[in-house]
Amino acid sequence: MKIRVKFFAILRERAGTAEVTKELAAGTVSDLWKSLQKDYPKLDVPGIRLLYAVNQSYVTPDHQLADGDEVVFIPPVSGG
Amino acid sequence: MFRVTDRPLNLQELVDFVTDPEAGAIATFVGTTRNNNEGRRVIALDYDAYPEMAEKELRRIGEEASEKWQLCRMAVVHRIGPVQITQASVIIAVSSAHREAAFGACRFAIEEIKKTVPIWKKELYEGGELWIGTQSGQPLTGKLPP
Repeated sequence: MKIRVKFFAILRERAGTAEVTKELAAGTVSDLWKSLQKDYPKLDVPGIRLLYAVNQSYVTPDHQLADGDEVVFIPPVSGG
Repeated sequence: MFRVTDRPLNLQELVDFVTDPEAGAIATFVGTTRNNNEGRRVIALDYDAYPEMAEKELRRIGEEASEKWQLCRMAVVHRIGPVQITQASVIIAVSSAHREAAFGACRFAIEEIKKTVPIWKKELYEGGELWIGTQSGQPLTGKLPP
């Protein structure tokens, strides 16, 4: 299945790209994150606490992905 | 009105939007860029957002506020991109029949924005830059990201 991943803020800088399409066998958000860290070793920001969004809604790391999902890894938010 | 924009914010536009004949109160909150933070001299803030989800979360905050208080109208606009010292990064405006609801919803909205809305600020300070909340500082490399 194809998963669309968007990077923002510190993760966009670390990945060096804003968006990537990832080809993946069945898996969870957590599996996708581990796989991306192999592709982009700098994504491993020490001590960072991430939240996860699939198709613009927060999900838990064990959320099962489906073909065509849009996934965003959300660093600590700091709006305002 | 719940949105993110890369344009300067206009308080009057939000006040006009929430103006309502049923309202006896309009409360507003304006978040601005401060020239110092935790001992650092701040030059500017640079905001990034996941716009589709940020607007969705702002709408959710509006819905929750309407469940907690009897409101007439509400508007929240957050700016993204570089925001210079003294300029507004976020404006909230709420109208209600009586003042308690407008004050309460305004306060609630800014506190929720800081917890759940996917918007991030990078602080550009004298000597470096820092994504707030990530504990990861790095030397200033020169220019703002696009």
